[in-house]
Formats: sequence, C-alpha cells, structure tokens
Amino acid sequence: MSANQALIAYTLRLADNALILAQRMVELVAAEPELEEELANANFALDFIGQARMFYTYAGELEGQGRSEDDFAFMRDEREFGNLLLLEQPNGHFGDALVRQFLFEAFYLHLLEALMRCSDQRLCEIAARAIKEVKYHFRHSSHWLVRLGDGTELSHNRAQTSLDDAWRYTGEMFTADEIDTAMQENFDGPGLASIHELWRRDIATVVVEATLQLPDDQWMASGGKQGRHSEHLGFLLAEMQYLQRSFPGATW
Amino acid sequence: MSKQEWPLYEVFVRSKAGLSHRHAGSVHAPDDQMALDHARDAYTRRSEGVSLWVVRSDSIVASDPAETSAFFEPAKDKIYRHPTFYEIPDGVKNL
Repeated sequence: MSANQALIAYTLRLADNALILAQRMVELVAAEPELEEELANANFALDFIGQARMFYTYAGELEGQGRSEDDFAFMRDEREFGNLLLLEQPNGHFGDALVRQFLFEAFYLHLLEALMRCSDQRLCEIAARAIKEVKYHFRHSSHWLVRLGDGTELSHNRAQTSLDDAWRYTGEMFTADEIDTAMQENFDGPGLASIHELWRRDIATVVVEATLQLPDDQWMASGGKQGRHSEHLGFLLAEMQYLQRSFPGATW
Repeated sequence: MSKQEWPLYEVFVRSKAGLSHRHAGSVHAPDDQMALDHARDAYTRRSEGVSLWVVRSDSIVASDPAETSAFFEPAKDKIYRHPTFYEIPDGVKNL
C-alpha cells in the first residue's frame, strides 16, 4: 500500500467515525428528555457532520477520481466503512448514548491533538478546527457522566452498566493496524499507545468523580476499522442511504 | 413517578468585549454548571457572545408590579435629570 493510499484510507476512517456517530445522534433529535439537551445534541451532531464533510472532501481530492463527499457517504456499502464499532451501536437509553459519546470523545480529543502535529497540512487544519468543537463536547459529556454516576442509586447503577457494556468496544481504538502504522511512519501521525495512556488518565479522572468503577480489561471486539461491522451498521446505512440509493443525485 | 422540573436560570450574554452583559432568556438546568452548558448551547450557537452569566431565577429580587407608581412615577416629571441639554460631539458613537 502506497503512502497516499494509506492516507486516503485513514482520512476515510476519520470521516466515517464522524458521520456514523452523527447519524446515531440525529436519531435522537426530537427524542431528548429536555429541550436544552435537545439543542445540545443536535448542535453536536451538526459539528460531527461538518467534520465528516471536510474529511470526505479531502479524501476525494486525494483519490482524484471525482468522488464527492456524498458519494462516500451514500454510495458505499457496509464493508467499505471504517468507523469504530462503538459508534454504530444503537443509542439505548440516555446513559448508554452518553457513555458512548464520553468514551469516544476522550479518545478523539487526543487523536485530533496528535493530528494537529502530523505532517499532512490539510489534516492538521481540519483537526485544528474540529478540536475546539470536541473539547466542548467532552466537557459536556463529562459533566453528565458525573451527574448520572453521582446522582441517584438508579442513575448510578444504570451509568455503571452502560460503561461496562460499552467497554468491550474501546480496545479497537488503540489497536494499530497497517493503516495506522503507515500514517504514523509516513506522516508523523498519531501514536495510539500514548493516546491510550492519555485516554485512560482522562476517563479515570471523570469516572472517579462520578463514583463509578472503571471496568476490568476483558475481551475486546474489533474489526470496525477494517470494515467488519456489527449487525447494527447495515440498518443504520439502509436508513441513511435510502434516498440517495433510490433517487441518485436527488437534491432539494 | 412524578417528574421534578429542573430549576430555572436566567441567562446573560456579553456580545463583545467592552459591552455589558444583557439578558438573553432563560434555561432549565439541574445545577449551576449545567446551566452554563445549556446557556452556551441555547444562546451562543450563532456566535452571539464572548461571555456568559447564569443565575438562578429565584435569586433575583424583583420590584413589585403593584408598587409601580410609587417606584417609578416620581421620576417622570423631573426632566432636569435627563442629560438631554448637552450637545453630542460628532463622531461619538457609544453614548
């Protein structure tokens, strides 16, 4: 695999993470328990869609075959998506969705920080723009986790279960494959081992404040980055892609 | 299960450095810190501000509408308290 191919694949993974998470969050629009949280969630989803657009557009330019952001989002199949398994998991209840945001954003924050120092100018710029949004997202999800964990007995137990359930999807974030390695070697990309340490430190601080327990390390699911997804992604894509598949090029 | 409403907070936004905070509206929130988050998400999403204040609505002491006449009307016939007899120099914008 050439350096350029690795860069395209890597950029698409970043785009897929942002898009798939955004699509899950969009499912919660008009379903949040409070108006204020409704606004926050919709804003955050739009932040992620904006990031996905920048990454897809750049991947299309790198590839040079005229594929647009929409082609990547709507005309690829499940196996071609490289998003993390964590992000495609169904929303569940408020605590489940929140823990998913929290675990991913703690990782994404450090990933973007590392990308700001990589040798690819464009990725640096996109990361510099995205990190401001994600810093606030993480602050928000951390605040919520503390309130759920350190809230009532019911909210504490539910938050702990959400954390335990999501934990098996966190290993994949830090397991480097050939694309991660190529990105690191050729473009001074993020080192996943050091991000793992920072991530652990950051989430441990919040989890302790939330009076919750960090789950023990256990068997970790993997494959999302390589396109081997859980059964949930197909349904998500079916809903998201339906219109463009039925009416290619439709606009309004 | 009866639903307990979150307390109400009043939101004040400073639109740019040097200007004062102005009342923008209100949000519900479970506590002070979340009130700030909610105010940010509800009232500054179109870059309306550079600084935010939130305060519990029940911490605000308000004048009584029944006392409006005693409170405010005595000022009405005292035009000499208004600085309207000065000429404003050209080029002064924020006066």
